[in-house]
Amino acid sequence: MKCQKCERPATFHITELTGGKPQEFHLCEEHAREYLTHPANEPAGATSMAAALAQQMAQQMAVGQAAEELARLDQQACPVCGITFHEFRNQGRLGCPHDYMAFENQLEPLILNIHGENQHVGKTPKRCPQGSETRTQLIRLRREMNEAVAEEDYERASRLRDEIRRIEMSEEV
Amino acid sequence: MGEWLRGSGPESDIVMSSRIRLARNLADFPFISRANDQDRARIEKSLRECLLSSERAGQLLYVDVERLPGIDRQFLVERHLISREHAESRGARAVAIDRGETFSVMVNEEDHLRIQVMHSGLNLQEAWREINRIDDLVEGKLTYAYHPRLGYLTACPTNVGTGMRVSVMLHLPALVITRQIEKVFRSLQKISLAVRGLYGEGSQAMGDFYQISNQITLGRSEEDLIKQVSDIVPVIINYERQARDYLIRESHENLHDRVSRAYGILRTAQTISSEETMHLLSSVRMGVNLGLIEDLEIPTINELFIRTQPAHLQKLSGVELDTADRNIERARYLRRHLNKEHGSGQDTN
Repeated sequence: MKCQKCERPATFHITELTGGKPQEFHLCEEHAREYLTHPANEPAGATSMAAALAQQMAQQMAVGQAAEELARLDQQACPVCGITFHEFRNQGRLGCPHDYMAFENQLEPLILNIHGENQHVGKTPKRCPQGSETRTQLIRLRREMNEAVAEEDYERASRLRDEIRRIEMSEEV
Repeated sequence: MGEWLRGSGPESDIVMSSRIRLARNLADFPFISRANDQDRARIEKSLRECLLSSERAGQLLYVDVERLPGIDRQFLVERHLISREHAESRGARAVAIDRGETFSVMVNEEDHLRIQVMHSGLNLQEAWREINRIDDLVEGKLTYAYHPRLGYLTACPTNVGTGMRVSVMLHLPALVITRQIEKVFRSLQKISLAVRGLYGEGSQAMGDFYQISNQITLGRSEEDLIKQVSDIVPVIINYERQARDYLIRESHENLHDRVSRAYGILRTAQTISSEETMHLLSSVRMGVNLGLIEDLEIPTINELFIRTQPAHLQKLSGVELDTADRNIERARYLRRHLNKEHGSGQDTN
């Protein structure tokens, strides 16, 4: 889908729910920023995730700052899987379990918007009921080990391999 | 034929099936969108080993979806055993199906693991007991991505928490005819329930089938989520029954005419599209439930909904067919199955 204001692809899909019937906007990133920071647009309900998010941030920040802040947060990357927040916003899918921690501040309003809650109630796994974060670090360690091997830094690679084994063993039940 | 098509569960005149699915991910691999070929292969391998070494292994059919021909993937979609996304994506992926087709486990779909259990009629409690057992079985061997505050971590934040989608597939032709269906949807959306078509997200409401499911997955227990859907379904069933009563009372001839014509077309057509078939079967299904058609059984109709779809038709006839040939084959298949019970030899083919 093309942006309603230019030829670029629309990556923001905003639904305004204020006044009578819902209005839909399909905009590219630049025009979405302009739209959200334009003083004429009062904050309103939004249905898509990206719109909800952008709106939340626009509300929290002074109007002019929002665009810059949005761009800055977009570049933030997860240290475990390397996905940037911008990539997540575009595809709507996270890169690894650690993203929930790496992007905690950005995701929190989004999660509240979707679920109206931010605290899990219900089934807990028998393994790692305190959270599986240590095991998720294996993603980063394996990546670093592969890099070390590629760079022929075998000392570092073997250190990483030991650490990987230690975690893998400790989690075996 | 899957158990869920038997038309035997509670309220099965209106509730086609009850389904629960759980989204789970392994803690030590990237989510699918970020996983490379090696990751995908390793995830697939560890889940395959886990599933095939479980006590359920004997009843399982493990299918390598990546290597499966397109028509077979479509066949599984039509049987609701894999999603369209799973059929159409690429890379190492699989599905484990139990022989009774009550449950299937998709490997490397949007999440590493998508477990689903389906039952005929309104039967969510049984589905939950079963899926919970399967989930425990996997979790006994592998570590899921889990956060003490956010629950089970999923590729999309819309599934985080319980990772659970509870859905009930309803057949609501009378609400469609009386144009009340939109009203029902609007009130469902107000209480955060989603309405989808026959094949889930983004699909059309073919044959007047609608899936009602929870939208929220975080902050409520599995039992609460099941209860929310279980509580609302009888209300919708009641609306549909009232609409059927109204049609019988106020326009009996029109309703009977509609049902009979639908049955007539299905039994005599020489070429027919999938869309028209679904539409007409829907009227016939309601007609059987209302006693307007007496020589047909619900399971037969339920089965026809599935077997007249493109991949099923081609598998049944054993050859690949283009759209025009499929329409001819579909009409032939319908004539054969809808006329045989009369033994009158009306089928000219």
